[in-house]
Amino acid sequence: MFPILEKRRLNDAMTLMVVEAPFIAKKAKAGQFIILRVNETGERIPLTIADYDREKGTVTIIFQKVGKTTLLLDTLNVGDAILDFIGPLGKASELEGYKRVAVIGGGAGCAIAYPQAKALHALGAKVDMIAGFRNKDIVILEDEMRAASDNLIIMTDDGSNGNKGFVTDALKKQIEAGADYDLVVAIGPLIMMKVVCDLTKQYNIKTIISMNPIMIDGTGMCGGCRLTVGGKTKFACVDGPDFDGHEVDFDEAMLRLRTYRDQEAEETREFNCRLMEGAKNA
Amino acid sequence: MPNMEPKKTPMPEQAPDVRNKNFKEVALGYTAEMALNEAKRCLNCKTAPCMKGCPVNVHIPDFIRSIVDGDLEKAHDIITATNSLPAICGRVCPQETQCESKCVRGIKNEPVAIGRLERYVADWYMDGHEKKREAAAPNGHKVAVVGSGPAGLTCAGDLAALGYSVTVYEALHAPGGVLMYGIPEFRLPKAIVQKEVDHLVEAGVDVQPDMVIGKVLSIDELLEMGYEAIFVGTGAGLPRFMNIPGEGLVGVYSANEFLTRINLMKAYQDGYDTPIIRPKNVAVVGGGNVAMDAARSALRLGAEHVYIVYRRAEEQMPARREEIHHAKEEGVIFKLLNNPVAIHGDENGRVTSIECVEMELGEPDASGRRRPIVKAGSNYELPVDCVIMAIGNSPNPLIRSTTEGLEANDHGCLIVNEETLQTTREAVYAGGDTVTGAATVILAMGEGKKAAAAIHSYISSK
Repeated sequence: MFPILEKRRLNDAMTLMVVEAPFIAKKAKAGQFIILRVNETGERIPLTIADYDREKGTVTIIFQKVGKTTLLLDTLNVGDAILDFIGPLGKASELEGYKRVAVIGGGAGCAIAYPQAKALHALGAKVDMIAGFRNKDIVILEDEMRAASDNLIIMTDDGSNGNKGFVTDALKKQIEAGADYDLVVAIGPLIMMKVVCDLTKQYNIKTIISMNPIMIDGTGMCGGCRLTVGGKTKFACVDGPDFDGHEVDFDEAMLRLRTYRDQEAEETREFNCRLMEGAKNA
Repeated sequence: MPNMEPKKTPMPEQAPDVRNKNFKEVALGYTAEMALNEAKRCLNCKTAPCMKGCPVNVHIPDFIRSIVDGDLEKAHDIITATNSLPAICGRVCPQETQCESKCVRGIKNEPVAIGRLERYVADWYMDGHEKKREAAAPNGHKVAVVGSGPAGLTCAGDLAALGYSVTVYEALHAPGGVLMYGIPEFRLPKAIVQKEVDHLVEAGVDVQPDMVIGKVLSIDELLEMGYEAIFVGTGAGLPRFMNIPGEGLVGVYSANEFLTRINLMKAYQDGYDTPIIRPKNVAVVGGGNVAMDAARSALRLGAEHVYIVYRRAEEQMPARREEIHHAKEEGVIFKLLNNPVAIHGDENGRVTSIECVEMELGEPDASGRRRPIVKAGSNYELPVDCVIMAIGNSPNPLIRSTTEGLEANDHGCLIVNEETLQTTREAVYAGGDTVTGAATVILAMGEGKKAAAAIHSYISSK
């Protein structure tokens, strides 16, 4: 069992948890992830390691409530424990040797992009952080992102923070204004990463993305997370999750991510109904 | 007087058209009367050739004698003196190529049903006759076992019996390896695997799940932690794909993924959160036991047509005859001498058909098996909404890629000294599928046993 030491609601949809997991905290590196299972009947889901404290033996995760398991996880509080918490999994990001980098986060993806920005910044790169949200009310980790970068640009779809547009708009503007990036890191929904890659390809800027396919074991034994990268089959859990974005078959990845969409929607509906029942009976 | 009946006492099983709709165990086990009847078929040979066929050297005539004498507790003690997991072996060993292949009664007639009798004794013990196990007196030495499959559990059990403080590190959340995630409930109930693991824990083995060695701790760090020797039994769990077009489509599974969702995650049961596709028409590619397990599981999920697509003929199938027979009885359709060349899908990326070619057998190849050759122009499409690839597994590279000086062969199998099972690193031993490539449960157990003896002699002579 892995005790929850801290829980913070970042916005209506996103929650941060600090979990006691000393073995993982000791080894974790930016870009790696954990697999967790909330309870005995639960499924195994992957979540990126958003932060860690080797001294305190803690690992921080940030998750968006998108379905049954994340809703269930969100019902746990400080003092509760997560049944299984496995990691650190995947390869650490290769971030050394870059001079000027744009790190792009989309929505919940900012939780994963932010430790990358932090690591790059610590390695001496000049970091522009571009973060995209639907509106200003759901912006997360603003202080953290600001501290981890030289320049933070927050974009909102509706312009409610005065900066209307997509992350690609900001990236294009930066490039055209003369920002000579030798690397772009993009993390967020598949469609966002795809459009970023389409853009950076035009400028021939190396682009690393963090893939988020369906996973079960996360150790390379099932291939559920397989992707086509440069025409070859790769397992995101062991070969990634970071890949060269210009090589990834996004269309296939988007179709595969929808494999269980109907079943997931059903489970989520049932879970929400039970939560409502519980609230009524309470 | 021995029972000279030429055939084995039949074991009751669920009828094929009933069992292919549920995940309950197919074979129901002997009653006391059946077990006694079968035990009496053993001639109690002095030379006991049957024992030479058993990789863990169960004292077969002795335990069968005890069944005849009505002393099941003694029978159980005799078996467990050399075999830590009898309820599992009795169920999944290919006895026809092991102990039973050497049985004297099998020369003219059917051999004694050693596996069924072993299972009977183990089930009797679990059914209310368990004795509280006591851990052996500690000898002050620590050993770590990486992987809790059949090889690791056997090694751990033998070392704990010698007084070692043994920690088993398992990457998944439940111990058992392939016994838990691979072999389906209808062949090997998971509650039985759990009980066998519980017996080992009682005997003093410490099992640590959720620990991916190679990631969370390295082999070298384990040695620094004071373990005097390490046994690596991490199996061959890396699935192979065919590299044909369409393998990225939705509805294409590796057998490992399909079976893990079903067995470990219980995706077929209400109340469990892990989803699985419930396909109508399924093609399972391959001819081994894993292919049979996947095909029979697909039927139980409600599929209407399940095909085994295999590129050679039935005689070349590596699966046990019994499993092929069970699959046929349950309605699995065999497309022999057929090989997939592509998988096709719709605009949503979902599988709609598998394109195959017919094969014929040519000259024997290096392995002695006749090489299948494509019949030109024989392409056809089989309409399916799910394809399960069961064409084999390789060892996972995680341990060897994170341990300096640990050498593997071209197939990724760890290189060991055949006598001692020591790897190319001192104090590090390995056995089971991680050394041999995908093989059987009982061979893995035999290697776990051999490694335990070697580790004991290594630590004792230090």
